[in-house]
Amino acid sequence: MSHTEWWASESFWRKTAIWVTAGSFVALIFLTLDSMSAITAGSTRVPAYSVINHRIDYVFDEKRNFQVPVIGVEEPLFDQTLTEAEAEALVSRGKLTTQAKNCMNCHTLLGNGAYYAPDLTKAWLDPSWGSKDVREQMMVDFLMNPQDRLHNGLGRRMPNLGITEGEARATVAFLKWMASIDTNGFPANFTPIDQSDPPADDASAANGSPIPQQGG
Amino acid sequence: MAMPGTLDSANLNGGQKLAVKYFTVALALFGAQIVFGLLAGIQYLKPDFLYGVLDFSVNRMVHINALVVWLLFGFIGSSYWLLEDEAGIPVVGLRLGNLVFWVFTLAVAVVVVVYLLVQIGPGDHSTLWLINEGREYIEAPRWADIGIVACVLAFFFNVAATFAKGRYTGIGGVLVLDLIALFGIYLAGMFYTPNISVDQYWWWWVIHLWVEATWEVLVGCLMAYGLMQTLGVRRKIVETWLYIEVALMFGSGILGLGHHYFWIGTPEYWFTIGGFFSALEPIPLVAMVVHSVFDSGTHNMKNNNHPALAWIIAHAFGNFFGAGVWGFMHTLPQINLYTHGTQWSASHGHFAFFGAYATLVIAFFYLALQKWRGNVWMSGGLAGAWRWKWALGLLNLGMVGMVMAMLVAGYEQSQIERAIEGSSWVGYFVAQAHPWFVQGMWWRQVFGWMFAAGFVLLVWDLLTLGRGERRPAQAHSESAPR
Repeated sequence: MSHTEWWASESFWRKTAIWVTAGSFVALIFLTLDSMSAITAGSTRVPAYSVINHRIDYVFDEKRNFQVPVIGVEEPLFDQTLTEAEAEALVSRGKLTTQAKNCMNCHTLLGNGAYYAPDLTKAWLDPSWGSKDVREQMMVDFLMNPQDRLHNGLGRRMPNLGITEGEARATVAFLKWMASIDTNGFPANFTPIDQSDPPADDASAANGSPIPQQGG
Repeated sequence: MAMPGTLDSANLNGGQKLAVKYFTVALALFGAQIVFGLLAGIQYLKPDFLYGVLDFSVNRMVHINALVVWLLFGFIGSSYWLLEDEAGIPVVGLRLGNLVFWVFTLAVAVVVVVYLLVQIGPGDHSTLWLINEGREYIEAPRWADIGIVACVLAFFFNVAATFAKGRYTGIGGVLVLDLIALFGIYLAGMFYTPNISVDQYWWWWVIHLWVEATWEVLVGCLMAYGLMQTLGVRRKIVETWLYIEVALMFGSGILGLGHHYFWIGTPEYWFTIGGFFSALEPIPLVAMVVHSVFDSGTHNMKNNNHPALAWIIAHAFGNFFGAGVWGFMHTLPQINLYTHGTQWSASHGHFAFFGAYATLVIAFFYLALQKWRGNVWMSGGLAGAWRWKWALGLLNLGMVGMVMAMLVAGYEQSQIERAIEGSSWVGYFVAQAHPWFVQGMWWRQVFGWMFAAGFVLLVWDLLTLGRGERRPAQAHSESAPR
């Protein structure tokens, strides 16, 4: 073995490995700081928890060329307007319930999880609930006693996970809040449940404006 | 000194004695992974199977957790395996390492029993602390998280202190730095937040920076050592390659993390950053293929452990196709919008975990077996060699079959559920009921059984290969002329 060129030498690649790794990691740290400020609850992309007091829709945005969540008129969940702290406590209980019941090992949330049951990102807006007037109660009833309800033609059924009424209502709050997150158009081509009031007079649900900034 | 060809721990150094304990548990957990994978697969075909007893969520959780833990045990075992060879001195603090092995194994057993018997709990923090954290791959309850961190710190102490007291080889240096990153990252997953965007942001730090960065570098270290052992490749060559791989792997993989940040609420700039860097992630995997194939060629494939080298080559190609090609296929946001969270992900996940990681840990099982039997002959003309060859063939074919079946199902899902039906729940079930999907799930199950048969053969082979072999291991040929 004779002379080794500099570009094939061990020391050159060792130094390269160290600098590339360090540089990438520093870049990731800065991007993480920026992303954290962009996704804190109450930011433009991830609304405050009290967004559950409002109608949430999912509308095509011409400028961004995909669907974005739109926060509409006051439409409190279970007809109860909550303060920010109450809303956070309720959503948090719902999130804890989704973790404690291991939802993610059948469903996906924001597209992540298992693939045995449907994605829950826009569960709140899914047309399967029929009409918005019965949706909340249907969701609670389903979560508490899913085993003997009609699911699909496959025979796949959600098991009874012992979800209490309180947990079920909290889970619905969590799902409603999750539907308000700006997910860059995921899922695509989604047709949300009809939420218009007859006669349709709600301008904010139809104008396609991006999410308004929520108070923290 | 015992007769060659019998398993005798006197043939092993201290670190290696501990390594074979880790390997034994790893192999058992690999078996558990397969069993629960088969159960979950059956539930796709027969949804009432074990309904209400072991639901899909439970089987799937045990399936993927057994995966993570058996690979971790395999990596820890492999690190102990090469530690004394590399550092040139006995393991520092081996008694602690032995104690930790038993604690770690017991903790894993308790976690699994709780998963199976308790399964879920009330929607409050007590469930997250005691039963199940409900976050894919890192479901282990918080008490176990803390236990894992403690065990791993002890393992890290063994490795770092042994290299520090002995000598730091290039492999040793990379290994120690990589382990700091690997275990430091785990801490990013140990907190609760109601904000699911923040939750998934840090969750991906753990999952992605493990499997697409630090685990890859770890297997790079193992592969470097494995090529030196089996082929007699010179250290200078493998270590130079190792640095190249680290540069390429971390250079693409760290910011490649961005391909998980397309749809979880994070800003749009991740489209560009994640798409670009993750598209580069296959490059180091190509380098590994070139490296291993070139080294095998320059040594005319003459090696002292045929099964181990065969699994190392399977690793090089499996890593490239499973992690590299299958990852690349759906990493750009333009396609990922339609594939994210479909059977595409499952196809890629199976291929990548097997191709990149399972293969190399199995190669180390064979390295260990050879030495354990007194460094016996494991080259051509080995008695009962059909077993390892058939195990290799069935495991790899079974995996490729499952991967292809899930990919077809994924194509169908991304077309029908996503593109045509607009991702509604009705669209989901229409796609799940489509014959192309259903056929995919049947074929996945058939190839799953093939994979399981390969595993049975692998275990049989690991129990018998080299038994009664008297010839010493084949000596390494002189290094290649170039």
